[in-house]
Amino acid sequence: MEPLLNIQNLSVSVDDNEILHDLNLKVGRGETHVLMGPNGAGKSTLGNALMGNPQYKITSGTVIFNGKNILEESVCDRAKEGLFMSFQNPIEVPGVSLSNFIRTALEQRTGKRIRLWDFKKEIDQKLKVLDMDPSYADRDLNVGFSGGEKKKAEILQMLMLKPSLAILDETDSGLDVDAVRTVSNGVKEYQKDKDGALLIITHSTRILEALHVDATHVLVNGHIVEDGGAELVDEINERGFERFEEK
Amino acid sequence: MAEKTYVADIDRSMYDFRYDEKDAYRIEEGLSPEIVEQISKEKNDPQWMHDFRMKSLEIYNHTQMPDWGPSIEGLNMKNIATYVRPNTKMANDWDSVPEEIKDTFERLGIPQAERKSLAGVGAQYDSELVYHNVQDFAEKLGVVYSDIESALHGPYADMIREHFMKLVPPTDHKFAALHGAVWSGGSFVYVPEGVHLEIPLQSYFRLNAKGAGQFEHTLIIVEDNAYLHFIEGCSAPKYNVANLHAGCVELFVGKNSTIRYSTIENWSKNMYNLNTKRAKVEEGGKIEWVSGSFGSHVSYLYPMSVLAGRGASSEFTGVTFAGKGQNLDTGCKVVHNAPDTTSVVNTRSISKGGGISTFRSAVVINPQAKNSKSSTSCQSLMLDSESRSDTIPAMDVKTQQADVGHEAKIGRISDEAVFYLMSRGLPEDDARALIVSGFADNVGKELPLEYAVEMNNLIRLEMKGTNG
Repeated sequence: MEPLLNIQNLSVSVDDNEILHDLNLKVGRGETHVLMGPNGAGKSTLGNALMGNPQYKITSGTVIFNGKNILEESVCDRAKEGLFMSFQNPIEVPGVSLSNFIRTALEQRTGKRIRLWDFKKEIDQKLKVLDMDPSYADRDLNVGFSGGEKKKAEILQMLMLKPSLAILDETDSGLDVDAVRTVSNGVKEYQKDKDGALLIITHSTRILEALHVDATHVLVNGHIVEDGGAELVDEINERGFERFEEK
Repeated sequence: MAEKTYVADIDRSMYDFRYDEKDAYRIEEGLSPEIVEQISKEKNDPQWMHDFRMKSLEIYNHTQMPDWGPSIEGLNMKNIATYVRPNTKMANDWDSVPEEIKDTFERLGIPQAERKSLAGVGAQYDSELVYHNVQDFAEKLGVVYSDIESALHGPYADMIREHFMKLVPPTDHKFAALHGAVWSGGSFVYVPEGVHLEIPLQSYFRLNAKGAGQFEHTLIIVEDNAYLHFIEGCSAPKYNVANLHAGCVELFVGKNSTIRYSTIENWSKNMYNLNTKRAKVEEGGKIEWVSGSFGSHVSYLYPMSVLAGRGASSEFTGVTFAGKGQNLDTGCKVVHNAPDTTSVVNTRSISKGGGISTFRSAVVINPQAKNSKSSTSCQSLMLDSESRSDTIPAMDVKTQQADVGHEAKIGRISDEAVFYLMSRGLPEDDARALIVSGFADNVGKELPLEYAVEMNNLIRLEMKGTNG
């Protein structure tokens, strides 16, 4: 069966420096993949390149998502196709409430008006999963949110928008133990929802402890140096990246 | 939960349709004593008003054009018809308004708005009011909402004479003098002592005639311990000749009373909008200006608050959006004339496509205004590198016992923010429009819901660039 995401020979540059070299990666429907690697390996570059951040330039390769070559599509069309990225540093947008934003985004994706009552019911349930006070929904998007609140708000958007592939870019970084657990609960909620796939980008293993993982990839200096299963996470947890960096 | 960031698709035709002026009575272009005589006769002025007009014309002829703001060279009074009367009498039931005019206002959402959430509605078409109605419950409270012309012959005639152009005298500036000479239409509102009118009154001004001027006068008197929210909206179809709007608004706020005056202005982009608004606030009273300026080719607009009594206050919340071919000079003025008075100014300016948006304010704190406070905050957003945004705040503080603050910020939309919103499925135009709507939310959240929605529609329209 055709994988949900098929990255072939992808090279990506930022300001004329090639960060990712000839990268290959496949993610099947509903699978959870983990992309690990030391700082500066190019992990976030991959997420941004897939989502279409204009600062990241694709110099070669193809990315087939849901049967389409998404590199030719605009950022919003990629999102409508079912791609989502949780940002490392979510942007503050004054004057736009979190819930209105999610509703606007949902309406853009589906092309239909969303019934307020159904929407409210659903967002309240998701807020509860994320241990967020319902008043967050009416606050301006990310404005005055703490680091942890911003990350939770990203997971909330993921749960509401129901993408078929969610890229979590260092969603666990800078969070305390409790916040990691809450975010992890949110991710679990997404996993059980249906056939939503995940690409979890992280340099630590904390967020993975309570999650089911199908595959792990280790990225060092812009190359994937090893593919494995969940056991690779445990190894990195114990010994770090040293073994891979010597390769 | 408010829906105001939901912006539906609209197109410019919502504002840009127009009708022929067949059957309308149109005075010849230009300005002369004969023309002013003719208007005065047309309007059946009392003698004092006739004399007032003639005197204003004289002042007009001796007053210089302003030499400090955007250019108004494209405005030639010889080509402006100062009076165009639609072919109808004023009605207070909607059915007797002529079809074309009715259709115009129906398309602009009036008086549907009245049925929903207004205590009274006035609709002006060119130089005259064509519809005026105030709901029974408001009338029973003693609220008067009528056209000025008939009020000049009614029980409030003396009150009008006492207040008319006393706050904005014809000597104030050239276009105030012009207004004094050729004013027509507008509203007279009286709110008796102790009456809190919880739902708003609204006036809508539509200038349909080509090469014409609109000079409506709004006079509002609110007695002590009362409350009024007045909303005005304006629009016009686009012509390739200059149109002129030189209206005048005079507000008298009684002791411990509040007037909230909200405006969404969307004149077409051939309009010179040289409007004057002023409020005088007595002890403990408050004036709240909420102002959205989107249209016109050139605007000079600075609502002024005179804080005359102890503890009076003024709040100005504004947003100005200057697109291609627009030079909008907006802001406000506050004069603190009594102790313990407070003023707050909070504005946002947006410019795009080479548009120029200038924020200009003046705060004067006179020696007797001890323990007064004033704070001004203005933010600008430039949407591209060819657009301009200037900030000219002036402060004249004549007592040491005053607390005065000013803050200005200038910014652009970051690519990161656009990418972020697009990554959730918003097209680029919508992402930018959402950021701009959010930026203008200082005004959006002060407006009743349907006006906030209209404002967001206007922003979206500007962002789509179909409005140049």
